[in-house]
Amino acid sequence: MSGSTRDAVMGRIRRAVGANPANDAARRAAVAARLSGAPKGIVPERGQLPPAERLDLFVTMATRADATVTRLEAYADVPEEVAAFLRERNLPAEIRMGRDPRLAGLDFSGTALTVTTGPSEGDDLASLSHATGAIAETGTLVLTSGPDNPTSLNFLPEYHLVVLDAADVSGDMEAVLTRIRERHGKGVMPRSVNFVTGPSRSADIEQTLLLGAHGPRSLHIVVVGEPTDGAR
Amino acid sequence: MQITSQTFKANTVKALADVDLQRALRHVEKGFIGKRQKAADALPEFDALRDEAVKIKNHTLKHLDLYVEAYVAKVEASGGKVHFAEDADHARRIFLDIARRRKAKTVTKGKTMISEEIGLNAFLEENGILPVETDLGEYIIQLRGEHPSHIIAPAVHINRDQVEADFRKFHVHLDPERDLVKPETLLSEARQILRMKYGEADIGVTGANFLIAETGTSVIVTNEGNGDLTQLLGKCHVVLASLEKLVPTLEDTAQILRVLARSATGQEMSVYTTLSTGPKRPEDEDGPEEYHVILLDNGRSNMLGTEFEEMLRCIRCGACMNHCPVYHAVGGHSYGWVYPGPMGAVLTPSLIGVDKAGHLPNASTFCGRCEAVCPMRIPLPKMMRHWREKEFESHLQPVAARTGLGVWAFLARRPKLYRAAVSFAMPALKLLAGRKGRFRSLPLAGGWTKWRDLPAPEGRTFMQAYAQSGHGQETSR
Repeated sequence: MSGSTRDAVMGRIRRAVGANPANDAARRAAVAARLSGAPKGIVPERGQLPPAERLDLFVTMATRADATVTRLEAYADVPEEVAAFLRERNLPAEIRMGRDPRLAGLDFSGTALTVTTGPSEGDDLASLSHATGAIAETGTLVLTSGPDNPTSLNFLPEYHLVVLDAADVSGDMEAVLTRIRERHGKGVMPRSVNFVTGPSRSADIEQTLLLGAHGPRSLHIVVVGEPTDGAR
Repeated sequence: MQITSQTFKANTVKALADVDLQRALRHVEKGFIGKRQKAADALPEFDALRDEAVKIKNHTLKHLDLYVEAYVAKVEASGGKVHFAEDADHARRIFLDIARRRKAKTVTKGKTMISEEIGLNAFLEENGILPVETDLGEYIIQLRGEHPSHIIAPAVHINRDQVEADFRKFHVHLDPERDLVKPETLLSEARQILRMKYGEADIGVTGANFLIAETGTSVIVTNEGNGDLTQLLGKCHVVLASLEKLVPTLEDTAQILRVLARSATGQEMSVYTTLSTGPKRPEDEDGPEEYHVILLDNGRSNMLGTEFEEMLRCIRCGACMNHCPVYHAVGGHSYGWVYPGPMGAVLTPSLIGVDKAGHLPNASTFCGRCEAVCPMRIPLPKMMRHWREKEFESHLQPVAARTGLGVWAFLARRPKLYRAAVSFAMPALKLLAGRKGRFRSLPLAGGWTKWRDLPAPEGRTFMQAYAQSGHGQETSR
């Protein structure tokens, strides 16, 4: 059924765009070139900064999108930061996280936190993820799916805490896409790539902006270490 | 859904007299226009990015067959399936096949206009499957048994107090004394109720803002996170998308994303931009078991290669309706089908026929704001003119309008006769209007004088006044 529909639809498209045997090779070459070359187009100046200013821009833009951002010197400081975040908001001392080795290596024994591992079942109040990268231009976090950082942790809990290596902050989305391509292979993607800019919100009632729609009410970004030139 | 575009004129009369609607519509002008301008001004490259976005879509449309081919191969390589749907009925049948096979009872839905276009909700209910809208605005209008009145703000025609009344009426298991005055409490209530639904769903349905040929990826852009929960927690993810959503690469997507949110809500980026590729992987601990894309044509391939091809660049940001004085006055439901505002005035006749939707391209002041703000630089007024011409050619307009246009055309081609006629008519109208200089009613112009007086001509024609002013001589010197 679908096969014949496919042929019918494709036939109409080909006639409409004037595809014929004479121009077939040239058209295929144009498409193949774009798919393999993936030209960048116009990348705004805004994110094209040296590492330290780029990180500052990220913090400014993420804050403007209603995220909270804190900076830590080392991964060893993350457990206390998570504990303090929950304590200050009178939240239970419980956190859910994935199997990311950078998080698995953290020592929570100095805190009163109960740490559980795995995707969210929907009843966790707070979760901890590790970002794959970030975009300074718009203050956007980049998270990728997998057992290291299950996607449900990004959306179900009310408080989402995200650890970001300062060295992973890029200027623009294009740089992040290049890194994803390098990591997973050309044309291959993780099941889910989540670009997250601030906590969830809705303006569906009288155009009044309200934070905390279906996703997290609060997005807390924990930037660890010093920026480098690695992420461009 | 029932098409009421034929009765556009009657719809607008009702809309103009609807006090609640008029109260709600004020938020459109107040909310969107300033935010978009601010976002555009904050990015020096904004207009250059618009040009780039136009080029990307034009290139894609010229090679659409090949990009669809590449896209399908990539979806299949990632373990997903693409189903081609000829029209609305076909798309519904494909969906039902998937639902039957999965023995689906509940379907959660992120926001999708294609679902509206194919009338999915009513069809599912007829077949014993419960559709649950999860976008806050969509949820509100589903409770009310309505359709979206705006493509990105579906409940923009409803006021807060109306939402409160609906929640009290439908959420009867909750304390009737609860305080729902603040919009925040309405949002939390919807959040709590919908929370239960995501995991129960046998299928999660979303639309797509983009389909990426390079990777076989579908992209959704949202602020609430409901679309993400829908596609993540439903056991099977079904994407409803039309052919023109294709873009070549990830980089092309990044270019267009930069103009999308800014034009729509005035955000730098929407909160969630999510790229989904195929079903759950073996190592994944969450995600859908199946991933399907229903790729809908429904008249689009017939627009390719015609004067309406450029409409296929549309990325559904809603900027055209946010800036449209006609939309501000009559709201989205008056347009009588899925797509309102200027983009609807061009797209609706293409998809359901100019015989049914001929009023829509006529409902324009041609102020040009829609084209000025369109991130994809779609010449909407020009296309509305194309539809007016087609409507005239197919003799679809009422006799009075056709005769009037015929008389005008006859005179306009004969300048001497035209001048003689108007130099008789202008003083005659001045005389008829009397001392007030205004007409309170006029034969054949009741539609105008019902709402306001028609100022009478001041006696001379433009050409006479121009000749007497001496300006004509000056320029011809």
